[in-house]
Amino acid sequence: MARFVLKRLLYMLITLFIITSFTFFLMKLLPGSPFNNEEKLTDQQKFILNEKYGLNDPVPVQYFNYMGNLVKGDMGVSFQYDNRPVSTMIAERIGPSAVLGVEATIIGTIIGLILGIAAALKHNTSIDYLSSLIAVLGISIPSFVFAGVLQYYVGVKLEWLPVALWDGPKYHVLPALSLSVFVIATVARFMRTEMLEVLGQDYITTAKSKGLSNLVVIWKHTIRNALIPVVTILGPLAINLITGTLIIEKIFAVPGLGFQFVSSITLNDYPVIMATTIFYSVCFIIVILIVDILYGVIDPRIRVAGGKG
Amino acid sequence: MSMHEKQLNNDLFQPAVRSSDDAEKITKESTSFWQDARRRLFENKGAVSGLIIIVAILLLAFLGPLFSHNGFDDQDTSRTNLPPRVPVLEKVGFLGLDGVDIRGVDQYKMKNQKDNYYWFGTDALGRDQFVRVWKGTQISLYIAFLAAAIDMVIGVAYGAISGYYGGKTDNIMQRIIEILIGIPNLIVVILMILILDPGILSITFAMVITGWTTMARIVRGQILKLKTQEYVLASVTLGAKSSRILTKHMFPNILGSIIITSMFTIPSAIFTEAFLSFIGLGISPPTASLGSLVNEGFKSLQIYPHLVLYPAVIISLIMISFNLLGDGLRDALDPKMRK
Repeated sequence: MARFVLKRLLYMLITLFIITSFTFFLMKLLPGSPFNNEEKLTDQQKFILNEKYGLNDPVPVQYFNYMGNLVKGDMGVSFQYDNRPVSTMIAERIGPSAVLGVEATIIGTIIGLILGIAAALKHNTSIDYLSSLIAVLGISIPSFVFAGVLQYYVGVKLEWLPVALWDGPKYHVLPALSLSVFVIATVARFMRTEMLEVLGQDYITTAKSKGLSNLVVIWKHTIRNALIPVVTILGPLAINLITGTLIIEKIFAVPGLGFQFVSSITLNDYPVIMATTIFYSVCFIIVILIVDILYGVIDPRIRVAGGKG
Repeated sequence: MSMHEKQLNNDLFQPAVRSSDDAEKITKESTSFWQDARRRLFENKGAVSGLIIIVAILLLAFLGPLFSHNGFDDQDTSRTNLPPRVPVLEKVGFLGLDGVDIRGVDQYKMKNQKDNYYWFGTDALGRDQFVRVWKGTQISLYIAFLAAAIDMVIGVAYGAISGYYGGKTDNIMQRIIEILIGIPNLIVVILMILILDPGILSITFAMVITGWTTMARIVRGQILKLKTQEYVLASVTLGAKSSRILTKHMFPNILGSIIITSMFTIPSAIFTEAFLSFIGLGISPPTASLGSLVNEGFKSLQIYPHLVLYPAVIISLIMISFNLLGDGLRDALDPKMRK
């Protein structure tokens, strides 16, 4: 087990190193510098400024400086917002995104589990078909379309909830709901398949023939066993939440990291783009690592296979 | 004649001749795996409707623009923001296809366009939305085709080589994939587009880099499983070349998994392109993509809902039908389901 975790950690470091290096050299390839927009500066002043920020050094030197700073958590300064440090910008923006992500995960998992379990218990009835329909629609309909529909009907037409912005719990409902659709669909689908699989097992027949009540059989023997592999969908869900927040925050004007990322792309604010990229990748890699380790803990077969390699 | 009147006598019966040959005879024609799969696919209503919608959209995407005499970027400020108006259907009031906008003004009358019909309306620059939507659909379909092709070529080849040759080759190739999988696809795509300038080419390029890893992993797993099968070992013993074993013995057996995997790659690729265009990174104007059309439509959602309606409905339809077809194919091709 320890060897397995160590191996994963090593991969994580290699991946991180590749991503940061890749991002750094891309940054050097991109046109523009922090001071090109300032037309009043003379060449002499530009040179001094470049010197101050270490931009006159050869690229390899800059690379080692950047990597060194990155380890210390310093990601450079924004081109657009008066040289504000990017790390503080990320720190300010991560709150709403994280809240939104957690809310969407909770809503999505609860509704998804209910739908999936109901569908499996009422296999091949209208409830099952309805749940499958919701799952297909949830996976298929792009989040920006769904968010737009919600915003238009609930926000604009019915005026039940605020259309956009981020100012208290009322403002969380629509974005969190839009973000949770994919979670609902994925969890429901997965849970249904797992439940059906478990329901066909011999130990369920045994439990029933022991005379256990239906509730005990379903709750203790079926749902518990079916829940274990749900861990495997955490990875894809994490990716989707990251992509999702980019769109949902733009549509609902939530002042989160995704919104900042999208606007930094339109403003060509390279340091912010790069730092956010690295930040997202780190989150992503950590989730993958946790999922991989959980796999190993839950399923001994994977642990053995992983330990060998 | 009722049953009682009919007498049963021995003349009505003949002894059945039993020969040992007949006992072994298979009376029903045997069905191959693919015939069986096709039957199961066509029994699946969801998959069939998905297939029909895909074909319909495919036809409309290429034939649709021909119905209009306007190009996708023909601007005309005398006909801006016209609501949809369709001949015949304009008489059916509740469909909202009569050229009257949500304030109740007949825009066609107001802008002296009485003889013109814009089936999906026009946008803020007076461009024919019908043509633009189908042009955007073409891009989505191009992306779908491209994603499947990348999967089939790079993914299958990489996975097959890695799984078949095994040993050191496999080890190195798998390490590369493990690192690639650790990098979020979308991030790579966004970075590629930033240096290459937004456009269909950079999306293509970014997808070539990132799109094939799942397929490679699945193909490798399948090949590893097949490698130890008796018929493959027999073929090796008889001196068959690697290329023959791979193409003749292994490939037909993993074709099902390949089809299933690429069917699920397609909708996610279509979504990626629409998503990128939506946040302004994908297709750049004046070229239209379904994602960028929805994005533009959002700006005037309250006044001109028709601008967002059609591209949104069509991208949703495309995604739903590819997912339905993918589900159907998975059920049809999964040997575990074969009875």
